Amino acid sequence: MLAGKYATQAEREHVRIVYGLDKPYYVQYANFLTNAVKGNFGKSYISQVDALDTILERFPATFELALSAIFISITGGVLLGVVVSIKPHGILSRLIMAGSLGGISIPTFFMGILWVMVFAVYLEWLPAFGRGDTVQLGSWRTGFLTLDGLKHFIMPALTLSGYQLAVLLRLTRAGMREVLSEEYIKTAWAKGLSPFKVIIKHALRNVLIPVVTIAGLSFGELIAFSIVTESIFQWPGMGNLLLISIFENDHPVIVTYIMLAAFIILSINIVVDMLYALLNPKIRYD
Amino acid sequence: MTIPAGQKILSIQELKTYFYSHQGVARAVDGVSFDLNKGEVLGVVGESGCGKSVTAQSVMQLVPDPPGKIVGGKILFHEKNLLTLPQKEIRKIRGSGIAMIFQEPMTSLNPVFTIGNQISEMFRIHKGYGKKQALLAATEMLDRVQIPSPHKRVHEYPHQLSGGMRQRVMIAMALSCDPEILIADEPTTALDVTVQAQILDLMQTLKREYNTAIQLITHDLGVIAEMTDRVVVMYAGQVVEEAKTRELFKNTLHPYTRGLLKSIPVLGKRTASDRQELTEIKGMIPSLTNLPKGCRFSNRCPQAMDICTQQAPELTGDGSGHNVRCWLHNRIQDHG
Repeated sequence: MLAGKYATQAEREHVRIVYGLDKPYYVQYANFLTNAVKGNFGKSYISQVDALDTILERFPATFELALSAIFISITGGVLLGVVVSIKPHGILSRLIMAGSLGGISIPTFFMGILWVMVFAVYLEWLPAFGRGDTVQLGSWRTGFLTLDGLKHFIMPALTLSGYQLAVLLRLTRAGMREVLSEEYIKTAWAKGLSPFKVIIKHALRNVLIPVVTIAGLSFGELIAFSIVTESIFQWPGMGNLLLISIFENDHPVIVTYIMLAAFIILSINIVVDMLYALLNPKIRYD
Repeated sequence: MTIPAGQKILSIQELKTYFYSHQGVARAVDGVSFDLNKGEVLGVVGESGCGKSVTAQSVMQLVPDPPGKIVGGKILFHEKNLLTLPQKEIRKIRGSGIAMIFQEPMTSLNPVFTIGNQISEMFRIHKGYGKKQALLAATEMLDRVQIPSPHKRVHEYPHQLSGGMRQRVMIAMALSCDPEILIADEPTTALDVTVQAQILDLMQTLKREYNTAIQLITHDLGVIAEMTDRVVVMYAGQVVEEAKTRELFKNTLHPYTRGLLKSIPVLGKRTASDRQELTEIKGMIPSLTNLPKGCRFSNRCPQAMDICTQQAPELTGDGSGHNVRCWLHNRIQDHG
């Protein structure tokens, strides 16, 4: 299969030897492991380029998309969550809560297509796909520095952030409701603090502890699994690459991708743990 | 203890705070009136749910709304009615004019800020101090409430302190801007007995130092006897008896107060004949959504008469400042 549909028997044998497929499975596995530890995940079957390099080349696009999405989720989710918790029975709050239900239950692919239909097809305000103009900064290709690049960010980032935003909103709201009935909030009011200080300093600071945890964890997932969004918007990121690799049976790329995703999620978990200690003095060690 | 001849600084008049729920309207505070004089320690005593905390929270306007609402009455602080003041004015009075400490020192301090930060906040908002100056003032306050090595403690978080220490921090915070009134809502209930005594001692000392009037809310008559100049006894959202502390203990008029006094054990009586049996007040405090007709205590009162279940008695007094809400004493006054 690797050699192509019309390959001769000899050509097939050659391919098998080149990729080490003639050896027993356990030898293949041991070879894979030793190479992987050295950072060598083999070459892509399709492009014959180093698999890790292929993926890392796509990493900036995905990372920037995930970063914009998590930024939108956190600012939007926390802000709306606070608004909703201050006046839980207002009309605005009810509207926001209904919207968040949509954010949680509408699947990403459908939401993405809706965005495209409204803003790219009917209104023609925003580009429907691609990453737009980018600027090369060393080995990092960024889309943040051009207007065209930023325009291309809006829809994919909103699509990717939709679910997380709704989750963080609900988390913030639940946290605020709990914290606002705590004794120390009563103390804060009794001190004569302004509502802004009571809510933003005394209450929100406590609510942020779980919010940061969840947001951090989901950031890892956004980087690793933004596949659906990337394929809708033809975003030249890792997720799209994975999809193509799966279609083409490009095993080295798929395996490398999964290893990289695991590594990213692990490292982000460590960062979240450190942030958690920073936010919550109870688990700080002296 | 001498009774200071002070002028009224806080006057609660016919205060009504109701809670609205699906079960109906709970009249948690229903027409409560009492005064607090300058430099005085006033005890407010009663069972759980009698409205003593809600009265205090009404003064600070900390009643959670919804479901609570102050529906009537006046709270005069220096002749100004707190209930009609704009929020901005209320915020100025909270903390600097009237300060409050709560029952649970474990949960009354914000867990994510250092105690120094929390105390210095008071100096920053009410006195406009800068960061450094406020922290210095906070350290000094910790010293005043007898916390050892305040320079170190000021940078610690609440969870690093014991319950007694935290209550000291709360007191330091409350007194930091020299309030004229300190409302202490069961300040020692959650503490060990030995720590309780220390905290009460500290409050006595500071009261003398700052000449702060204290409204001490408690259900502990021992604390009342120890600390207060005057006592207000509350039952089911109403004041049932009010007197100077010594007078109340010597000449108890209301059957409810008598019941409360009989239900505390007395130490030091060795022989069986000396020892009085401990009696409890029978029954439960009535549901505030469904109060009995007539006197609210009538269904538990050992001396209830016909009229008690028909008509509610008024709070009446003989002019000496000892007032009581009971038909037994209304009648005595009528006759003599």
